Amino acid sequence: MVELVFDGSYEGFLTCIFEMYIQKINDCTVVEQDHHQSKIFGEAIIVSTNEQHAERIINGIKDKTSKKVLAFIYSVFLQESTQIHNDLVYFIKMIFDGKAYKISDFGDSRILRLHKAKKMMGREVHRMHAFVRFQQLKDDLYVAIVNPDFNVLPLIGKHFKDRYPTMEWLIYDTKRSYGIFHSEGKIDVVNFEEHIDLYQEKIRHENLSSDELSYQKMWQAYFQSVNIKERNNTKLHERHVPRRYWTYLVEKWN
Amino acid sequence: MRLMGKLSVVQKLEILSDAAKYDVSCASSGSKRKNTKNGLGNSSGMGICHSYTQDGRCVSLLKILLTNFCIFDCAYCVTRKSNDIRRTAFTVDEVVDLTINFYKRNYIEGLFLSSGIFKSADYTMERLVRVAKKLRKEHDFNGYIHLKAIPGASDELLYEAGLYADRLSVNIEMPSEKSLKLVAPEKSFKDAMEPMEYLKGAIQESKIERQKFRHAPKVSPGGQSTQLVIGASPENDKHILELSDQLYVEKKLKRVYYSGYVPISDDPRLPIVDKTPVLRENRLYQADWLMRFYKFDVNDIVNDEFPDLDIDIDPKAAHALRNPHLFPVDINKAEYHSILKIPGVGVKSAKKIIAARKFRKLNIEHLKKIGVIWKRAQFFIECGDSKYTVLNASSAIKRQFMLPAAKSTTISSTQLSLFQ
Ligand code: SF4
Repeated sequence: MVELVFDGSYEGFLTCIFEMYIQKINDCTVVEQDHHQSKIFGEAIIVSTNEQHAERIINGIKDKTSKKVLAFIYSVFLQESTQIHNDLVYFIKMIFDGKAYKISDFGDSRILRLHKAKKMMGREVHRMHAFVRFQQLKDDLYVAIVNPDFNVLPLIGKHFKDRYPTMEWLIYDTKRSYGIFHSEGKIDVVNFEEHIDLYQEKIRHENLSSDELSYQKMWQAYFQSVNIKERNNTKLHERHVPRRYWTYLVEKWN
Repeated sequence: MRLMGKLSVVQKLEILSDAAKYDVSCASSGSKRKNTKNGLGNSSGMGICHSYTQDGRCVSLLKILLTNFCIFDCAYCVTRKSNDIRRTAFTVDEVVDLTINFYKRNYIEGLFLSSGIFKSADYTMERLVRVAKKLRKEHDFNGYIHLKAIPGASDELLYEAGLYADRLSVNIEMPSEKSLKLVAPEKSFKDAMEPMEYLKGAIQESKIERQKFRHAPKVSPGGQSTQLVIGASPENDKHILELSDQLYVEKKLKRVYYSGYVPISDDPRLPIVDKTPVLRENRLYQADWLMRFYKFDVNDIVNDEFPDLDIDIDPKAAHALRNPHLFPVDINKAEYHSILKIPGVGVKSAKKIIAARKFRKLNIEHLKKIGVIWKRAQFFIECGDSKYTVLNASSAIKRQFMLPAAKSTTISSTQLSLFQ
């Protein structure tokens, strides 16, 4: 079986699909460069990302389905899993091959898996909406550090832009070493040269605005006092706020 | 009464959030408010829980009292006049500043402001309104605001509150006039119903106006809600749920919240309870949920024969076991509403079933994959490969399967996803 190796970008992935049709490759799998292991048997083709080709696939999907399906595909793609990427190939081929595309066919296990992936993405997005905590820096920039399970930054920018249109803010993903920076209604992707291993609570105090720590203290005090001890239920608590998110949460730092 | 020297904002926050925490109506949902170009915040209509307390309750709003001074003496309330506690009050600006700064850091969806009754109803209401007005007008704040409507406040103030708030609530607290009189002699059902009735009118009027004129003012677009205290008085579940049903139908309330009585007060007017009735509270929420989203009639759930909810199994399962003539439901043919009544099938699964059965006849495997909880649903579903013996199991066996796997996991709080 042929392996199409792409650079990990969405455009790269779509370019693979383009290649499948142009080169009439029927039996193949796609794999991200980083996950690729060269095998003794089978052939690997390195696909170089081509924006125009990707664009044509996007337009094709849009024509045959809807914007909503396109958004579905993009969101699921960001889960960064090889299995899901190949389920997507199956799904997109179904669209192009003119069979009634069956996004609501929950009886098809590969489609169902895509829906499950979508749900997981949705959950992670929702958690980011909930658990991102901004800290105000001296120059009035609001910064949040995250390390989500999936690559969700492309999906959360709009939410924060709508909510905080007049603020300058940065949400930085330390796992994937890039961030989204908002200023005056525009969101840019930013990279720092060196890999920074930063956690939310480790932003140096001398960089924080003069009031920042006092608001943090007040939030912590609030969190303490709204608890009703008689009703403590740690299990339930941890189901809602899994431990891996605790580093985000000001109310959990002590 | 203990008066303190000047308190810091943190100290006030500790006191005035502690006093507000027993009010459970914290959901920030039901109102959509778009941000303005230079504004701060929005309400998406789906509240976000930004955190959860140790007891598993959603924290989505800054929930505080403006003051815990109060001229009343309601037995069930920590703020009551006769209680020996520290008293303090926020200034309007302090509340505004906290709200804005918590919001900007993404700690909260907005503000839930309640208050003890200081001097008079109008005096108190006027200050609550001032906070909301300042947030909206001076800070362009478009996050969520929930205000308490103080019984006895003038219609003008209630109307103005409605202009700035997403939701207003008047708490009834005790589920009957008799119980209310016993613990809060200054209060009556009428005091709570009157502002509710006025607001119902104002909210409906504004909706009609807005159909004619797009820019007519919105009044409390998220509607109104109330809270009932459970377990501090003798009313049964039938009484409570019928009251809720009436409030939904007649007063057009958006939500009724149930608050299991926390024995905070040793006031002799209250019964001695050693534990908060958490499970009963949860069952009431489940029943309420069935009325609002599953099209159950209140008397399907509780009636003269079964005046109290079954504590061991959820009300949907209880209904199914009591009404064997409605089952099994043919999953490939039945209409949506019948599918919704099957234990183990939630709203989402029901919708998926309707969508998926267009492509093929569904069997057990399909249903499981869709998310139906088969352990519960198997007794009530007919599909290609359902088993006759299972469908005809005795009701004792069925009941056994409806019990939660481990009891501890069902002791859940109000914000849980209530049904699968
Ligand atoms: S009027 Fe409200 S704040 Fe005052 S004692 Fe009664 S319930 Fe508590």
